[in-house]
Amino acid sequence: MKVLIVDDEPNILLSLDFLMKKEGYEVFVARNGTEALESITENAPQLVLLDIMMPDVDGYEICSQIKQNPEKKDTKVIFMSAKSREVDIQKGYNLGADHYITKPFSNKQLIAKVKELLQ
Amino acid sequence: MNWAIVIIVSFLYLVLLFILAFWAEKKAESRSLINSPYVYALSLAVYCTAWTFYGSVGRAATSGVDFLLIYVGPTIAAPLWWFILRKIIRIAKVQNISNIADLIATRYGKSISLGVLVTLFSVLGVVPYIALQLKAISESFAIILDEHTTQPIQSASLMAYAFYIVIVLGIFTVLFGTRQLDLNRKNEGIVFAIAFESIFKLIAFLVAGIFVTFFMFDGFSDIFRRANEQEILSHLLKIDTSHLHKPLEWFLVSASSMFAVMFLPRQFQMLVAENKDEKHLQKAIWLFPLYLWLINIFVIPIALAGKLSLNTSIDADAYILALPLAQKNFVIALLVYLGGLAAATSMVIVSTMALSLMLTNNLFIPIALRAKLTNYLKDDSWAKWVLYIRRLSIILVLALAYLYLSFITNVSLVSIGLVSFVAVSQFAPSIIGGLYWKEATGRGATLGILLGFIVWGFTLVLPVLVSNGIFSKQILTHGFLGISWLKPHQLFGLDGIEPIAHALFWSLSFNILAYIGFSIFSVQSSQERNQAEFFVDVLKHGDAYENRLVWRGTAHQKDLENLLIRFLDMPRVEKLMEGFEKRSIKNTLNPQEKKAALVRFAERILANAIGSTSARMLVASVVQEEELSKDEVLKIIQESQELKKLNLELKKADNQKNEFISTVTHELRTPLTSIRSLSEILSDNPDLEEEEKQHFLHTVISETERMERLINQVLDLEKFESGKQKLILNKQELNTIILEALEIYRIVIQEKGFYLEVKLFQQEIWVKADRDRLLQVILNFLSNALKFAEKNIWVESFVESGQAHFCVCDDGKGVPPNLEEAIFEKFFQAENQNIRKPKGSGLGLAISKKIIQYHQGLIGVKRSNHTTKFFFTLPTNL
Repeated sequence: MKVLIVDDEPNILLSLDFLMKKEGYEVFVARNGTEALESITENAPQLVLLDIMMPDVDGYEICSQIKQNPEKKDTKVIFMSAKSREVDIQKGYNLGADHYITKPFSNKQLIAKVKELLQ
Repeated sequence: MNWAIVIIVSFLYLVLLFILAFWAEKKAESRSLINSPYVYALSLAVYCTAWTFYGSVGRAATSGVDFLLIYVGPTIAAPLWWFILRKIIRIAKVQNISNIADLIATRYGKSISLGVLVTLFSVLGVVPYIALQLKAISESFAIILDEHTTQPIQSASLMAYAFYIVIVLGIFTVLFGTRQLDLNRKNEGIVFAIAFESIFKLIAFLVAGIFVTFFMFDGFSDIFRRANEQEILSHLLKIDTSHLHKPLEWFLVSASSMFAVMFLPRQFQMLVAENKDEKHLQKAIWLFPLYLWLINIFVIPIALAGKLSLNTSIDADAYILALPLAQKNFVIALLVYLGGLAAATSMVIVSTMALSLMLTNNLFIPIALRAKLTNYLKDDSWAKWVLYIRRLSIILVLALAYLYLSFITNVSLVSIGLVSFVAVSQFAPSIIGGLYWKEATGRGATLGILLGFIVWGFTLVLPVLVSNGIFSKQILTHGFLGISWLKPHQLFGLDGIEPIAHALFWSLSFNILAYIGFSIFSVQSSQERNQAEFFVDVLKHGDAYENRLVWRGTAHQKDLENLLIRFLDMPRVEKLMEGFEKRSIKNTLNPQEKKAALVRFAERILANAIGSTSARMLVASVVQEEELSKDEVLKIIQESQELKKLNLELKKADNQKNEFISTVTHELRTPLTSIRSLSEILSDNPDLEEEEKQHFLHTVISETERMERLINQVLDLEKFESGKQKLILNKQELNTIILEALEIYRIVIQEKGFYLEVKLFQQEIWVKADRDRLLQVILNFLSNALKFAEKNIWVESFVESGQAHFCVCDDGKGVPPNLEEAIFEKFFQAENQNIRKPKGSGLGLAISKKIIQYHQGLIGVKRSNHTTKFFFTLPTNL
């Protein structure tokens, strides 16, 4: 199972990389939107952990590209963002996201959700 | 033609009108059909009555292009609507004005007597015009029944047919014009039906025109050529140049139609009272004139065709109907007959509705209140009675018109219409003056209108009475009471001008002179002054009217509530009052302002039911108002405007504060996420390798520091913003501080392998500055450059025209031009933005900006030649 982690904060990548590897997933990381889109095409992950606010392409855009692509639409998307307003969360789900988790999050809950989606 | 067919077709047409109106009313519950500029423009075409339909041809056949004058006026005037009517519509919406009497009465201090005057004169001026429509309908009916049209039409059968029409139109107007008490709600059914009638009459006229021009004749040129051969054309189109008064006559008739198209009761009803959105005016300004020209295209061809091919005994007013009948084309004849019916019925319906509202709100209710007849009413029956009075007024107007019909025998269609035009033109000075001239007074308006109408009566009505044998012909030939300069058609010796233009000239002259003269020599009451201010400046601050609580006196909420309960049910009144309470708390009104607001609120609600003049009368019966001086009024207005501005500023500051707090929280969540996640890993995995454990712990510590830094920055910024920050300003040398900053970053620069170029001013640069704070700004610039530079960093200082300059340039991607100012704002990204700002530039630049501002310097960023330059300047004069 391949998981892509997208975040522009290196320290969040650090912890998520550790957690996902420990669960036995093959992990790819991307530090901005452009890298993320490349990695999705190249590595075809089954699940993307996706930050929203990034310097170039934002997470909403990436999610809608995934979900509108017939070949990629089965890829699971979990948003993880500090944006916690109801409108932001709703927007995420409207774009087809499978889950929306607000930062800071609990590792256990995140792992449980990832496992559930990848079953 | 078979009378049964005509009757059935007429009946079906009227049934269709009922169905359309009913459907529009039904539909309005979900979506308004009349909320469109096209329907609006079509509803204005109620201007084109049977007079247009039959009379234009008649006029063209007897006196040539004169018939066009009444369309030239409105066409010229239409662009002016944007100024005059937009103002009136705005005023009408805010002050709940629903008719012309209300408009004039409200402008001149909500004067009841002025409202009565305007109502009476409107009825006098317009009822003959309604009668004219009835006459046209019944004549067309008689003509279509009796194809020969040579026999004089029996007046008894005319009256009988008119009687049935009056009954049907009365039912229609009562049904759809008095559906609701609330005048504020539009009469969707009627407006929609009228718009339909406008399309119908246009199509009917065009079809008739095409039939005559292209089927009876061989096109326009054929008709004109044949008319020319018989010298009809030259006779009709010849302009009598020997007649010096002609241009003046044309001007006067166009002017009166200009006023009529705005101030005839039916026009005002459609233009103002039924207006859904003032933006619709923009389209109506060209659509309405377009309609007028379309419906006139075939007038001259039909007139010529009638003269060429019909018996001379046939009345020219009937040409359009007589032509297809002569050709035995009954379908087209029937269509023309229905078109004429449409033109006449639309006019009768709207005029009757408009006049009945004026009679109810500006005559009957004020009289009932004054005579205290209302004491006999039960409190809950008021609303019912108002509707009864409106219905009775409709019947009264139609009855008067019917009565008048029995007096008019052989008057051509156009002249009665023009008599009405001259009558409503008398309102123009008071209305237009009232919109632009603050000093105009109620006394001026009253005397102007009164004199205008006396002259109108003398010059236009008296001759009609003479011709009916009521007065002796002596008056026309020898003057009133034998005084030679009091002849109705040659007043003060003005001779050789046709009666309509003559009447308009003298009536408006007297009207305007009295209006201006008496306005100058009379004093306004405070109420009048308020209204004058409001009317003239409505486009500037009309929307602030609600907040302008210019009223002082004693009023009790209970009394006002008792008034409202008479028209609305108890729960509705309670709900309205609750809403009022909430709003007055929200707007923080003081007790006096609240009282003023309550009086206005109650007046507005009542005005929806009984018009603003009657509403004011009713409210005045339970409150005691005090007179305010002009200075007091101005002071209150000024205060409320200042307060409004202050409130806006506060709201803006509050919004900024909220946004800042939400962004700070957001910024704190990012390091907190790493800290929580990494700490959980450390706690859940006791068997981590030492190296990894150290790495994680180290990251946790650095993220904690990041949070601390952020909090310090927020506090720092807060101190600057609240003005609590104290700077210690000393004489400092800028280059020394720059070198110190570079020293701090020297090792980092080397490690990262950047190429650094430093070019400092050769002399010392002395500035008055807080040394530590200035160092902070320079360090901030350097750390930004280090984050974004590709390879090169340049640092420079110099002095130019008394200003010390410092800048740091890098060859990084730079700041998008649209964000160049925003990056100096604290957390420039707004909540709705998803693109992240460059990291670390959150508060550093905002603080730098504050520091430089404290030093009376400038700060900024510029992008050129692939380099980004952050700079600041400081004054060097110590």
